[in-house]
Amino acid sequence: MRIALFATCLGDTLFPNAAKSTALLLTRLGHEVVFPQSQTCCGQMHVNTGYQPDALPLVENYADTFGDSSIDAVVAPSGSCVGSVRHQHEIVASRYGSPALCGRVDTVKAKTYELSELLVDVLGVTDVGAWYPHRVTYHPTCHSLRMLRVGDKPLRLLRAVRGIDLVELPEADSCCGFGGTFAIKNAETSTAMLADKIHNVTSTGAEYCTAGDSSCLMHIGGGMSRLEVGVRTVHLAEILASVQEKVPA
Amino acid sequence: MTTLLGTPAVPPRGVGNLRGTESFPSAARHELANAQLRRNIGKATHTIRGKRLRVTEELPDWEELRLAGEAIKNDVLSRLPELLEQFEDAVTARGGVVHWAADATEANALVEKLVRDTGSDEVIKVKSMATQEMGLNEYLEARGITAHETDLAELIVQLGHDTPSHILVPAIHRNRSEIRDIFLREMDGVDPALDDNPAHLAEASRKYLRHKFMTVPVAVSGANFGIADTGTLSVVESEGNGRMCLTLPDTLITVMGIEKLLPTFRDLEVFFQLLPRSSTGERMNPYTSMWTGVTPGDGPQNFHLILLDNGRTATLADDIGREALRCIRCSACLNVCPVYERAGGHAYGSTYPGPIGAVLTPQLAGMDRPDDPNATLPFASSLCGACFDACPVRIDIPSLLVELRHQKVEHAKFGPEAAAMKAASIAMSSSKRWTVAQKGARLARLLADKRGQITWLPGSVGGWTDARDFPAPPTQTFRQWWNSEEGRSAVEQARTEGGRS
Repeated sequence: MRIALFATCLGDTLFPNAAKSTALLLTRLGHEVVFPQSQTCCGQMHVNTGYQPDALPLVENYADTFGDSSIDAVVAPSGSCVGSVRHQHEIVASRYGSPALCGRVDTVKAKTYELSELLVDVLGVTDVGAWYPHRVTYHPTCHSLRMLRVGDKPLRLLRAVRGIDLVELPEADSCCGFGGTFAIKNAETSTAMLADKIHNVTSTGAEYCTAGDSSCLMHIGGGMSRLEVGVRTVHLAEILASVQEKVPA
Repeated sequence: MTTLLGTPAVPPRGVGNLRGTESFPSAARHELANAQLRRNIGKATHTIRGKRLRVTEELPDWEELRLAGEAIKNDVLSRLPELLEQFEDAVTARGGVVHWAADATEANALVEKLVRDTGSDEVIKVKSMATQEMGLNEYLEARGITAHETDLAELIVQLGHDTPSHILVPAIHRNRSEIRDIFLREMDGVDPALDDNPAHLAEASRKYLRHKFMTVPVAVSGANFGIADTGTLSVVESEGNGRMCLTLPDTLITVMGIEKLLPTFRDLEVFFQLLPRSSTGERMNPYTSMWTGVTPGDGPQNFHLILLDNGRTATLADDIGREALRCIRCSACLNVCPVYERAGGHAYGSTYPGPIGAVLTPQLAGMDRPDDPNATLPFASSLCGACFDACPVRIDIPSLLVELRHQKVEHAKFGPEAAAMKAASIAMSSSKRWTVAQKGARLARLLADKRGQITWLPGSVGGWTDARDFPAPPTQTFRQWWNSEEGRSAVEQARTEGGRS
């Protein structure tokens, strides 16, 4: 399969390991991974903060970048960005774009997948041959859970990882309090939500907290770093791409 | 379209208890500092959440019921004028008197006049969101008429000179020792030895209320449902106080929001399942009262129905926002909301708190005043989506929040945030500009400590680093790695490994 990687603006700039791991994992599974250089951002920040006209050029750029019919599927290591492509691009396109753009948006959203969806639903694998000898707890991010309905796909992938000690996160489906600009506009409420999430993470005794979104991990990790609780964050893709010869630090 | 003289071109916005005095973030700050409040609300919402999940998961057709509820309410909203006229005719034919109120001010004046006509200076009340929204109790009190709340939690709020913080459990922010203190201080004839045993607290209120039920000749209620084809009204409740108010007095005045209609009696089948399971987590609520007009010799002999707009028509005019009018006030969205759980109900500054309040309040009352607190409500959410999953009539609250944010920004003046968003849009609309911006972002490394963490950010983004570190950008972006020799050889190696296995 010819799979285009959408690294996302955050992943490209701040969390390249999630995108690297996604590329290496899919390559190892026998697929051709391409990285269209014209990609930037899905525009979710603009839409969710109320700036839909400013999201239009980003929606157009996404459709132009990934619309190419030689691309079988687009994958992003982010439930939230895929949620935006799948549910928000059509709103922006129909309000501010041309009918032709609406058509292109429909085409490209139908082949855009979050990593666990691509692996389980499209490629039909749950055991990707990974090895990760650590105690790990999984936080299901809100948009992967409730916008994309990925269900237990990430957990099925994690359970097949060799050496992993996967521990259940209490109140896993509660939001960590990130919510994009919510974390800044309502910093105190966001922080109160984060405090409870961190409490639940540390109660598991895990060394690593994993998730399918770098943004939520940035939030949880930022709080754990400040509180020096000694738990690190790692993206789901990094665990799935980890093999016995190369244990990530 | 013809415009009739005297007909307002734009439907009026709602007035009353639909706007707080400060923005959500600053109101939430006070509430977050109250540890007792957070404990009370956390405990109560988690308990109701668990009960609701148990009684919705046991129904094999729960999702079909939600779809049916959504469809019936959409039908109502799509032909509201016609159904309201049918309803008015049916109520009138059965001996009720129907009044129309464009806003809370008109509705309050109507209630006052109807009470004065009876000669009473007291009314007993069934818990009602519509009259809370109107600020009826305060309005009547200022004019020498005492309104007695008869729902236990509303009574606690009223005696405590407090405001409700939850739609269903308005005293959710009080625990039992606080309630005992309020009773001892405010309740006429209370036993001074009253302790904080819940059964004893309930008994004290029962004695107090029983006297009111037996002596006050006028009741004011809201309505959960009004049935267009029969003129029937219905109130569902748990304590039996509603049944007392709806049957004992000579005069009953019901205030109903115009969106509370259902087309036919049979539609209750769906809503009598959806509402109690979503609301209290019960299969069936203890008391369901239904009445149609006046029955000679049985129950109130004078029945007045006030149909309240107060911003509902204005909300209906928005073809995206109108789905908020499907709300049946069950409060399931409050109980699952992580923001409500921490910030509490008072932070929303409105009769309607929580996720539904964040979309309903700005639509009913508008959010266009300078520095309007209502304009901060659509932003009081992390868009986690738990509310949509819990909603029995499938109101897509996260999408409505996003839409209202859009509407707020459309009407706002161009400021620093708009400038930043515009700049980001320009930078991100071409990968050439974007890679230049990424180089600029790397300058943030200068702010990092030796752990690679930024612990202080300036200005409007400083809220992040008050409690969270921010990672320093790595030396290399993903695309730099991908285009590097290192990236190419890593991919080549992965391809070889894949080929081997």
